[in-house]
Amino acid sequence: MANTFELISSVTVGSGGAASIDFTSIPATYTDLCLVFSLRSSDGSDYCGLKFNNSSSSFSSRQIYGNGSGAGSTTRSNNDLTGSQTPSVYTSNVFSNNAIYIPNYTGSANKSYSRDSVFENNGTNAIQTLEAGIWSNTSAINQVTLVHPSATFVQYSTATLYGVSNA
Amino acid sequence: MASTYTPIATTTLGSAAASYTFTSIPSTYTDLVLVFSGTLSSADYVCMRVGNGSIDTGSNYSHTDLSGNGTSASSSRSSNATYFFTAPMNTNQNNMIINFQNYSNTTTNKTALLRWNTPLTDGGATGVVGAEVALWRSTSAINQIRVLTYAGQNFNTGSTFTLYGIQAA
Repeated sequence: MANTFELISSVTVGSGGAASIDFTSIPATYTDLCLVFSLRSSDGSDYCGLKFNNSSSSFSSRQIYGNGSGAGSTTRSNNDLTGSQTPSVYTSNVFSNNAIYIPNYTGSANKSYSRDSVFENNGTNAIQTLEAGIWSNTSAINQVTLVHPSATFVQYSTATLYGVSNA
Repeated sequence: MASTYTPIATTTLGSAAASYTFTSIPSTYTDLVLVFSGTLSSADYVCMRVGNGSIDTGSNYSHTDLSGNGTSASSSRSSNATYFFTAPMNTNQNNMIINFQNYSNTTTNKTALLRWNTPLTDGGATGVVGAEVALWRSTSAINQIRVLTYAGQNFNTGSTFTLYGIQAA
């Protein structure tokens, strides 16, 4: 039986924390990519940045979110992934959960992606976010990076990159 | 992640088409995942119908969606519909991922979870993110899936449709 959901690489942040998590030299042999990550911040940030091929430009997105008291929708013209990490002041040992699916990451079209993110806090201001994002660049993606905006991802934050093949 | 994420069928359109149909889907998996990535000739709704032996065009579907357009969040639903779901898409690089649970059993009606993403156009005038739950009121196993547009716009050349099978054991 074919196994087409293959591990490319996985990172667990060590005791010193990490300002970024970087997947480089991503092989072009898959059809799609799926990045699954669980993060907690060392400061009050509840979002992180996304880079493709070390570029933070040409990103835009529509987002829909719910925070337990209401729902809304926003447009973003940058690479910030809202609600993608748990702030340090929230319940201890709680990490966010996120999945980004990137179809046709080696194709010649602009790269669209789908993101689902949640963090829960057993209290106020927990957030769930769904995002339709696009990187307006026709280059094949060979590097994916999660970037903390102001501090570090704490120990035990994880990110795993899978490759999905259609054959 | 399941180790049985197996490609059943895939196509990259060599010419524009208003629909694509997966046929003869084997019943040997537990769940199905359909991944679409592509563009439309003009803004339209992307829809789906399913069936067993033939595509069901009757009013045997219902769906409820949650969507955001950058300004507000909204939800709507349709009962006794003729499509499994409808998702607004445009000429930009859209994608959607659909999970069909327990698609081959012959005891229960069939449900699906859908995530669809219509990124911003260059002018930022459109772009919608959404999630949807869908029901086909039939106990038949699903062995055909058709993806089509509501108003007849085409999927452009290069659009891809891939169906994966997932096994619980």
